[in-house]
Amino acid sequence: MIRIDSVTKRYPDGTVAVDRLSLEIPDRSITVLVGPSGCGKTTTLRMINRMVELSEGTILIDGKDSRQQPVNTLRRSMGYVIQNAGLFQHRTIVDNIATVPRMLGWGKEKARARARELMERVGLDASLAKRYPYQLSGGQQQRVGVARALAADPPVLLMDEPFSAVDPVVRKGLQDELLRIQDELGKTIVFVTHDIDEAVKLGTMVAVMRTGGKLAQYAPPAELLSHPADAFVEDFLGTDRGIRRLSFFSSADLGLLTGPVVAVDATAEQIAARGTADAPYLLVTDVDGRPLGWSEPRELTAGSIDTGQLLSHGRPFVAGTDSLRAALDCAVLSPTGWAVGVDAEGRVAGVVSQQAIGEAIRGAHAEGRDEDDKTSRVGG
Amino acid sequence: MNGFFDIPSDLQHSWLGLVGLHLREALLPVLAGLVVALPLAQLCVRFRWLYPPVLWVTTVLYAIPSLAFFVILIDYTGQTELTVMIPLTVYTLVVLVPAIVDGVRSVPQETLAAATAMGFGPVRRYVQVQLPIAVPAIIAGLRVATVSSISLVSVGALIGNQGALGNLINDANIYNRPELAVNAVVSMAGLAVLADGLLVVVRFLLTPWMPSGTRKRRAARPEPEGAAL
Repeated sequence: MIRIDSVTKRYPDGTVAVDRLSLEIPDRSITVLVGPSGCGKTTTLRMINRMVELSEGTILIDGKDSRQQPVNTLRRSMGYVIQNAGLFQHRTIVDNIATVPRMLGWGKEKARARARELMERVGLDASLAKRYPYQLSGGQQQRVGVARALAADPPVLLMDEPFSAVDPVVRKGLQDELLRIQDELGKTIVFVTHDIDEAVKLGTMVAVMRTGGKLAQYAPPAELLSHPADAFVEDFLGTDRGIRRLSFFSSADLGLLTGPVVAVDATAEQIAARGTADAPYLLVTDVDGRPLGWSEPRELTAGSIDTGQLLSHGRPFVAGTDSLRAALDCAVLSPTGWAVGVDAEGRVAGVVSQQAIGEAIRGAHAEGRDEDDKTSRVGG
Repeated sequence: MNGFFDIPSDLQHSWLGLVGLHLREALLPVLAGLVVALPLAQLCVRFRWLYPPVLWVTTVLYAIPSLAFFVILIDYTGQTELTVMIPLTVYTLVVLVPAIVDGVRSVPQETLAAATAMGFGPVRRYVQVQLPIAVPAIIAGLRVATVSSISLVSVGALIGNQGALGNLINDANIYNRPELAVNAVVSMAGLAVLADGLLVVVRFLLTPWMPSGTRKRRAARPEPEGAAL
């Protein structure tokens, strides 16, 4: 465990970058430091591997003062990933990744074999091994950066805004990849970002810092969204934190209706029977059960349903897997106000109205409050 | 015996001998200049305040005519090659120091931070990261220094036959053989072009990591800010 104990960084000109910060960073999880620029998050990260020396306080790594070991030994025991990757442009991809193992005295072949293994792990094609950094896209370079940090299998990974310089699509891919790799390797990751969405998505714990290097709140992301500590945190989380918080509620408990669903080859009796169900619209599916679109029951003629006339069903959510946020998004985007839930194969599992989703949200919030009461009782 | 390559006997060398002498007098100063410039430039990178005064001194030294240098040096080193080579070495610094400083400074901050974070000490970082990445800029400087040094050697003729190919110009005058002057000029130009071409090849071999289309541009100037936008 990394333990930051009332650490202050004061520069010779008197500027205080980090002010009496205390954090306990749990093992084998992702801890995100987030905040506006100038809040001292990068300084904090760099004090962990002593690229910045702290002025007061202590940083304990597995109970040992970080200043008690030689600085380069300390650094080689921690992987470091930086914005724009910071690759060595004069070395091939495989040699970039093999840098730390080589410094630790591994043989050339062993280090390169390890590098190739890591390329596969971070999703890089083996054919890129002999290329130079300039021949790779920004996203690929960042993958190399992650592989290089993992090369010597350090227990700790420090990541300094690693995905800030790539476009949103690539960034999402890299974030998903990081979560996957973390599932496999279980590193202790400290991740710095200014993007609250990234923090909420990746963090097991999120530390929100404010200008002047002070800790504003340290909590799991769901708690951060439900109970921001003060106006600053609330403001930093943005206006849609209520919606974003829905990401933490499962859609499994939504009561999906299977009544207002008919297949495209339905008979007149089936249409008539379904039409009396408790929905103003019917969802038409193909013969395999995949959604085609919505229609009013009286506009459907058995045997000759014109799929071109159906109202769009929008993007369906995967029932049980997706969150309430995805379900609500589907309902909001649907012209009928109803969301379509599908199973993993894309077949309709049922439909649900905005109103029903709203009730589920209220229910989830109530449960959340109950749990908070419980934890506060435990804590008290 | 009045051919283009018939060298008057007072020079005590064949044409090829003069070429060899010329190269030695021109290239040894460049090499010595590089040996002096590398640590000097590193000091300038490390201590930023040092760079302006160093630049100032190298520029002032460059402005001193070689004849003035000879007058001072001749008391100590006599009418030797060394008297020619010392000013030439000093002259290379005006090109080499800024070339190396700019090259080393052009290494991106992220790359340096990544190296430090991986446990590179200052010396290892300089030798394994900064210097290799500065190679294009250093060679760009070497090209200018080498070509100018090759042309400057000829002033050595002023202190008595120490100008290698430059002595031919003097002899052209004495023996009234203008073709010797032409020989001197053409030979020196040829050497300069060859040496320059050789350095281009060396850079090409040393930097397989540079995008081929932009090799020249990247060597000449650091990347413009905001290029990523």
